[in-house]
Order: sequence, then structure tokens, then C-alpha cells
Amino acid sequence: MSEKKDKKDRVLSIRDLDISFDTSNGVVKAIRGVRLDLFKGETIAIVGESGSGKSVTVKAIMGILASNGHIDNGSITFFDEGKAIDLVKMKPKDIRYNYCGKKIAMVFQDPMTSLDPTMTIGRQIMEPILEHLKVSHQEAKNRAMELLELVGIENPQKRFKQYPHQLSGGMRQRVVIAIALSCDPQILICDEPTTALDVTIQAKILELIKDIQYKKNISVIYITHDLGVVAKVADYVAVMYAGKIIEKGNIDEIFYDPRHPYTWGLLSSMPDVDTDSHRLFAIPGSCPNLLERVEGDAFAPRNPYALKIDFKVEPPIFDVGGQHRVASWLCHPNAPKVEMPEQLRKRIDKMLKEVRG
Amino acid sequence: MERTPLLEVTDLKQYFKITRTYTTKAVDGISFKIYPGETYGLVGESGSGKSTTGRSIIRLYDPTSGSIKFDGKEIGKKLSKEDKAYLRMNMQMIFQDPMACLNPRMKVKEIIAEGLRIHKICKSEQEIDEKVNAILEKVGLSKEHATRFPHQFSGGQRQRIGIARALVMNPKLVIADEAISALDVSIQAQVVNLMKDIQQELGTTYLFIAHDLAMVKYISDRIGVLHLGHIVETGTTDEIFQDPIHPYTKSLLSAIPHPNPKVEKTRKALTYDKNKEGVDYTKGKIHHLSDTHYVLATDEEFAKWHG
Repeated sequence: MSEKKDKKDRVLSIRDLDISFDTSNGVVKAIRGVRLDLFKGETIAIVGESGSGKSVTVKAIMGILASNGHIDNGSITFFDEGKAIDLVKMKPKDIRYNYCGKKIAMVFQDPMTSLDPTMTIGRQIMEPILEHLKVSHQEAKNRAMELLELVGIENPQKRFKQYPHQLSGGMRQRVVIAIALSCDPQILICDEPTTALDVTIQAKILELIKDIQYKKNISVIYITHDLGVVAKVADYVAVMYAGKIIEKGNIDEIFYDPRHPYTWGLLSSMPDVDTDSHRLFAIPGSCPNLLERVEGDAFAPRNPYALKIDFKVEPPIFDVGGQHRVASWLCHPNAPKVEMPEQLRKRIDKMLKEVRG
Repeated sequence: MERTPLLEVTDLKQYFKITRTYTTKAVDGISFKIYPGETYGLVGESGSGKSTTGRSIIRLYDPTSGSIKFDGKEIGKKLSKEDKAYLRMNMQMIFQDPMACLNPRMKVKEIIAEGLRIHKICKSEQEIDEKVNAILEKVGLSKEHATRFPHQFSGGQRQRIGIARALVMNPKLVIADEAISALDVSIQAQVVNLMKDIQQELGTTYLFIAHDLAMVKYISDRIGVLHLGHIVETGTTDEIFQDPIHPYTKSLLSAIPHPNPKVEKTRKALTYDKNKEGVDYTKGKIHHLSDTHYVLATDEEFAKWHG
């Protein structure tokens, strides 16, 4: 995997990104020093609880931050046919005209709220094509039909003239994906694309996105809190907590060799159909309030393995081999050796056995 | 096993008249029993009628037909005043969205104490205070929280308030309608553990409605799989997970994502289309595989699926 990556092109790189929001209660530091790279044809999953800053990160990429939010520091570089463009330095208006929807497209959580109930499906798909690609009406229509077929909607002629309320939830999400793909984007951002859908349909939508990604060779960023979804689609995983990426690595490193106690907690709190244990592991407490200044490691108060230094100094990012990076003092060479919880160890052993056997 | 069920639902039907000529059959003749102290999980996709079932049982709707026996009393028909009071005190519900189900203008203490006041259970204000504080402690909040408003809490804490409100009446049956779906993964685990602890301590019975089969497995003793208003398969948790018969159950099980990337990447979920397979639920009969495990199918279907 890694040797292949060197040949691949970078399409997006985020460096030391800081974003804060002005609220009536003070300044909320929602994103603190995020660093991330996206390569062509690769799928990244950003995992975290609500409020950990995963949506804010991608909204910054799209230039659609809320009006009280601002980028304090860092860069978001988009590589467009060899040119490097810093999206942070651009005006939101310019991003909207040239990139948002055209080269970087987004699929939102709830298909009912992202579609216009008063427009036919066909017109909604044609809208970005006419806006961005400057083609004739007939060409746009043909393209829209192709897209409907691509996302697996049967009988596109009939669906073209229908309204969103006439479609089921899964169908609507397919239409949203068709709109996102309408201008052949290089990056597709999926913000919890399946949370509002049923389990049975969820799997189909994920398979569809994967299929299209393979056909068109685009890069995908998933935002999700469901580790099952991550396991299904991602090549590379970034775990976020309180506005920071606390662990990142390729999928095998994160799932079979997690190092950060928060990742341990996330993995073990996920119910597993195969285990017989009668008690779920739960991470105690809840997310910190980012209005207050975070002293040391933000996760320390909830961390049973926290060291003294965790409460004082923020951990730097440690390289633990491969593509695996961890922001935890436990990975410091002088730190005491701490093993992951027994229950999780067993589960991972079992998963590895399943793979080999 | 001579146990008397706490709740016995027989051939419950709940129709909604949409227009003069069109009626939605949300729940179309389902039967199940829940025994004291156990957790019965009801799973199915959206639109399968699982929430409607819960709401009909607690009589937020008037059932079209069928009988609901709760603790020996018939509650599926028109209720007498005494039965209604009994039902309201002994059956409680936890709702899906912890933000929407708490009145934003009431303090936590008033939210929890509302039922106590309406049914005049406590004699003095002091007794109410004691009860509210005790229940807050039980769900992992402290008594300082009683004077706050719902918006001052996080999602997980709000769901705890919802649970406290249900439990303060000391109910025999709690209906949890997607009680954890709106919460974060790590918080879901906290709430599920809390519900389990309370069950062990107080012997509460749960009807647990959810679409997430993996979570249902953790909490349920028995599971009923609901599809389009029919229970297509029911059995103990082990029977459903180890030996599913109905293709719909199989497709639901196969849709559960596994946190194992190497396996998950190549796995394809099974699909089930009732019309393509030509299954008509109204024609099906109940086929028993064991005392607790049965499937809704015609004879040919049963032979095909089971073989």
C-alpha cells in the first residue's frame, strides 16, 4: 500500500488548520492544528463523536463555514491539474464559483433536507451542470439521465420528472449522489451519508459510492461515527477528538493495532455481533467544552490510562511506524508500557483469526 | 415453563385511515408475549410498524382490533378510568430524541416529578424531592442537576433524564422507542449499560424498539423481527442470531457492519425483496422450530427456507 502511495498524486493537503467560532459565550476553538493528506483514488474516513470537529473540517474545505467561524491559521491546499491552490486565502465567493460543487462535491446526511421539494429531480441534477460546465440544455439533460443510471435508479425517464417526495429515502440519497457527481469532481465529501437511512439500504449506498469511486477514480472523504462503515469503505482513518486528530493511520493499523486510549474506547464500545460479553465497554464522561482553554490532553479527564503529564502538556504527534501517527504521551519512549484493554485484545485476536482462517 | 406473561399482545391491528378509500395497515395482526424481568427487542426497518406497536401498547393510539393484556388486565379496548390510571402508572416510555421529548421550559425536577404529582403518589413536597434526588443518582446524575433546564445538558445526560422520568413511577414495563439511536457511540454504550443495571436492580421489563441489531443483541433476551406490520420471525437472541430462517432476518443480519476491515471490505450484504420472492405475509402460517422460535411462512416457503 505505502509504496503505491508514493506514485499517487496528492489532491488535497491540510496543514496546521485552526478554526474558531465567535459565540455569545466566547470563542470556541473548534479545530486545533489539523494535518491531513488526501491522495488520488483514496478513501479517508474521519471518525469522532459529535462536536469533535469533523464536519467543521470539511466545511472549511468547501468554503461553507458558518458566518461566525473563521480560519485563524494553516492552509488547505487543493492540487488542481498540477497547480497548488490555497483555499484558505481565497474568498468564499471564488471558492463557490470555481471549486465548490465543481471540483469538490459534498453529500449531506439527510437527503430530504438537501433536496429542493419544489423542483423535479431532473432539474436539480441539471442545475450544477448548466451552472458550472456551460453546456446546452439538451446536453445537460442527457448527462443527467446518464447520472441517474450510474447511481442505479431504474427507469430514469420517469424519475426525471418526479419530485423528491415521490422517492424513498434510499432513492433520494442516490439522487443527491448523482448531483454531487454531476460535474465530475475530484473529491467527494460524504458527511454521514447513511445515518438517516435504514441498515439494509445503508449497505447498498456504501457499495454504490465505492463502485463509482472505482469507476471514476475520485478521492472520497467520509465523515462518520460508525466504525462499521469505516471498516467497509476506508483506506485511511483519522480519529478526531475535541478538534484534534489524535490518531491516524491506514485502516489495518487503526483497527488491528490501535494505540490511543480513545481509539481503544471507541472500538470496544461498538457492539459486536460475535462477542458474548454481557456488558459493553463505555468511555466515562463526555466531550470537553471547547469554550474553556484545554490544558494538556483534552482526553485526559476521561482517560483511565492518563499520565501526570497528560494534564499539563499537550502531547505531540508520535510516529509509531508505517503511516501510523498517535498523539498520546503513552507512545513516548519513556512512558510506562500500557496494554490495550483485555476485552479489545481478545476481539482483535479473533478478528485476525477470522481473516487468516 | 409456567410463567405468566406481563404483556400479552394477540393479533393486534393498527390501521390509519388516510383518505376515504385508502387505509395504511401499519401493524397487521401481530402477537407476542413479554415475561416479567426480560427484555424483548423489536427490530425492523423504518416503516415496519415497530414504533406504532409501542405506541399502541401504551395507548397513545386506539388499536383497530386485537387484544393487549397487561398484568392480567385487558387494555386494548376502551379503558375504564381505573385501568387507565393503572396503565399510566405502570407502563412508561422512553423516547428517541432526548432534545424533543423534554419540555424546554421546565426544570429537570419538574419534568421528573410531573407524573408523581398527577397521580398524587407523594404526600409532601419533601417526599417528591427525595424521590427525584434518588432517581437522579440512580441514572448517574447528581441532585444539583435537578434545578437546571434541559438545554444545559448534553445528549447523553438528557437521555438519562428521560430514563429517570420513566423510572420514577416505578413502572412494571418500560417501552424504549429507539432510545439510543440519537446518541453517540460511546454514549450509547453508557445508556445501554445503565438500562441493564437498572433492570438487574429493580427487575424492570423492557420492550426495546430499535433498528440496530447489534445493539439489540446486547440488551435483549428475545427478539421479534418486524416487517411491514408482520412479525416474520421471533425467538431468543441466540436462535435469531445463530439460526435465522426468514430471508428478511438474514438480510437484516447481513447488513450489520463488522468492525473488521479485511472481512468487511469484501462482504456483500444480502438483499431481500418481498415482491420479487413472491412472499405474501397474510398467507403465511406460524411454523414453530422450538418453543420460543417461530417463523411466519407458508408451508412451501418454510420447506424452502428451512431446508
